[in-house]
Amino acid sequence: MKYVSEFRDKKFIAPLVDELRRTIDRPLRIMEVCGTHTMAVFRHGLRSLMPEGLELISGPGCPVCVTSSAHIDGFIDVAGRDGVRVAIFGDLYRVPGSHGSLARAQSMGAQVEVVYSPMDALTLAGRYPQQVTVFLSVGFETTIPLVAATILEAERLQVDNFAVFPAHKIMPPALTALLGDPELRLDGLLCPGHVSTIIGAAAYEPLAASYSLSCVVAGFEPVDILQALIMLARQAREGRAEVENAYGRAVSWQGNLRAQKLMNDVFEPVDCQWRGLGTIPASGMAIRDHFSCFDAEKRFGINLAETPEPQGCLCGQILQGRKTPADCPLFAGRCTPLNPVGPCMVSSEGTCAAHYRFGRG
Amino acid sequence: MKTTETILLDHGSGGRASQELIKNIFLPYLANPVLACLEDSALVDTGAGLLAFTTDSYVVDPIFFPGGDIGELAINGTINDLAMRGAKPLCLSLALILEEGFPLEDLKRVILSIQGACRKADVPVVTGDTKVVPKGKGDKIFINTSGIGLVDSGIHISARNARPGDAVILSGSMGDHGITILAQRAGISLQGNLRSDTMALHRLVQKMLAAAPGAVHTLRDPTRGGVATSLNEIADAAQVAVELDESEIPVKPGVAAACEILGMDPLYLANEGKCLALVAKEHAGRVLDLIRSLPEGADAAVIGRVSEGPAGRVLLKTAAGGSRIVQSLTGEPLPRIC
Amino acid sequence: MCLAVPMRVIAVKGVEKDFTIPQIGVVEAQGIEKEVRLDLVDRWPEIGDYLIIHAGFAIYTLDAVEAEINLRLLREMVDAVRAGSGGEKQ
Repeated sequence: MKYVSEFRDKKFIAPLVDELRRTIDRPLRIMEVCGTHTMAVFRHGLRSLMPEGLELISGPGCPVCVTSSAHIDGFIDVAGRDGVRVAIFGDLYRVPGSHGSLARAQSMGAQVEVVYSPMDALTLAGRYPQQVTVFLSVGFETTIPLVAATILEAERLQVDNFAVFPAHKIMPPALTALLGDPELRLDGLLCPGHVSTIIGAAAYEPLAASYSLSCVVAGFEPVDILQALIMLARQAREGRAEVENAYGRAVSWQGNLRAQKLMNDVFEPVDCQWRGLGTIPASGMAIRDHFSCFDAEKRFGINLAETPEPQGCLCGQILQGRKTPADCPLFAGRCTPLNPVGPCMVSSEGTCAAHYRFGRG
Repeated sequence: MKTTETILLDHGSGGRASQELIKNIFLPYLANPVLACLEDSALVDTGAGLLAFTTDSYVVDPIFFPGGDIGELAINGTINDLAMRGAKPLCLSLALILEEGFPLEDLKRVILSIQGACRKADVPVVTGDTKVVPKGKGDKIFINTSGIGLVDSGIHISARNARPGDAVILSGSMGDHGITILAQRAGISLQGNLRSDTMALHRLVQKMLAAAPGAVHTLRDPTRGGVATSLNEIADAAQVAVELDESEIPVKPGVAAACEILGMDPLYLANEGKCLALVAKEHAGRVLDLIRSLPEGADAAVIGRVSEGPAGRVLLKTAAGGSRIVQSLTGEPLPRIC
Repeated sequence: MCLAVPMRVIAVKGVEKDFTIPQIGVVEAQGIEKEVRLDLVDRWPEIGDYLIIHAGFAIYTLDAVEAEINLRLLREMVDAVRAGSGGEKQ
């Protein structure tokens, strides 16, 4: 596949690994912000190739993992309402709230449809005019503009049986909240490639400046990840703390301005609860008043109650990079992909799921 | 441990959820030495020879898809389950559960496909049954086929027979059927060259066994759950390890692209016209050549080997040159965005 | 959070800047074709462009020039290693 296969070419990988090994001159702690990076590292077996001294910590960039239990419960509540059909990304299907998942709700009669695109949810609304189709929306800045475009299309088509229940989150405020923790000693951030396609590499400059942190924007193929790690290692070696872009073919300095505008036209920042991280100011994206007819929370009168985390579950600390799955007493015992306790195990890119699927044995 | 109180779609996926159901609900009450083997077909000693007996139900949606339909699947799938124990298929039963309102045109189309598949395989349907359920209580058409076959004496093919050193051969490209079905789902609509690979493999198997008697230790058709789940089951049953080489696994470019778009891993997607063959290494080359010489096996490849390793572990050497563990499928594969 | 793949534009439906009708790109990779939305792509696509596709939308036009530069540097690195001069890069 063009522009994918070349960046997986084995003939590039061994020399890049060697270069990485030569460049690392002391132990380095790098946070992979994005869950897709965690999955890519495991999927391509890169962990087994990493040189000594490089510690890769998984961060909170797994939108499903950081969706609060209250939001999942809210999703299940809407799914159970009469005359409602919910549409979701596959990632959300098995995530547990405080009493079950959407998979379980479906088995009890809720109409849950997995879609590939938010626009497909709008198409569903057209196909089932007697029902309200609600798109249960999770995602970061890669996905939020898509939902914005879908709402605008719904408005243009004057669709009255479509709504969105957003649990959107944006990255920079969460990173700021994480980096404020003095215990989290990091040498660098592997920044999320496709979020950066939207928000631009410049978005990380305040972080680099305030926290003296090296930030490199990385793509998701093995070559992309290795190139970015080499750049982070070089910055550490040379005592630099800058933003660099290792994914130039997909990321520009200012990002996709059109997508940013769409996102901000339809959504506005609100304080938001992140599972395991608590409430972070201006870190969620809610539907603006102008589009409130598409706001599922208003339409169905949903009040998000707060629920405590399950006992023993360390998802919160794992998301903050303070603990690893192996540290969690529930990992691979009480908590497995089949019977997950917390979302880190269920989400396809959750840290615990990745470790369970790829790293055990 | 929190257990689900209802059946979930995951229980039908062929992965761990399905295995848990068998372990917790079926075996405790139904187990006997023959059932407990949990192979593709049961082998029953009649006193006058070994009879292979298998049953399978087909509930695929959509019922018509590129490369085949539910009828063809029902015939080929059950023939293959017999073939995977080295049996020569004798005959099949055909039971239909039809939903009220299902168009007769569609039923006729399915029956014609069944006729075609039976003729092509030279295996007849000798008995059948039909039931109709009220609208909403079924989903167009469900099919069950059961099959019996004869296993020649001297043939011992079982997951438990896999041995360190065996070559793992896959008879052709991986993931074709699974991705074709997924791409048909409403809301995905991928156009292209995706086709189900549904095909009967009994002749291929008989030729393999004739060419290298005793050398074929294990056969498995990797349907729901994919190659990953089948190999994990074999590794567990035989208490061996399996090492796979990602660069050697044949995957059609269109299948690979569709998987990238949807976030699927072809190792977990169903195959309906392929088999895994674990073959003694000294005969592997010859068996591979034979499979490749047949239309059913043109793309066959040695994709790995059985090793001493930690029992039950399946390890993949990645195309990037690293390695990772491959687990059984957990639940139904779903397209994802992350 | 970001599963997205590059696919090549083979057709474009709709008119740039006319938002009253859906703007759709038809993209392909390895014989697989998909219709994708152009509501938020950075510029109007031309046939032969590669678009980065996420959840049914084009989110960016892949910068082929940047991609080729990156690949050229990688090939040079491999050649240098092969030539035995792959010493320390400072």
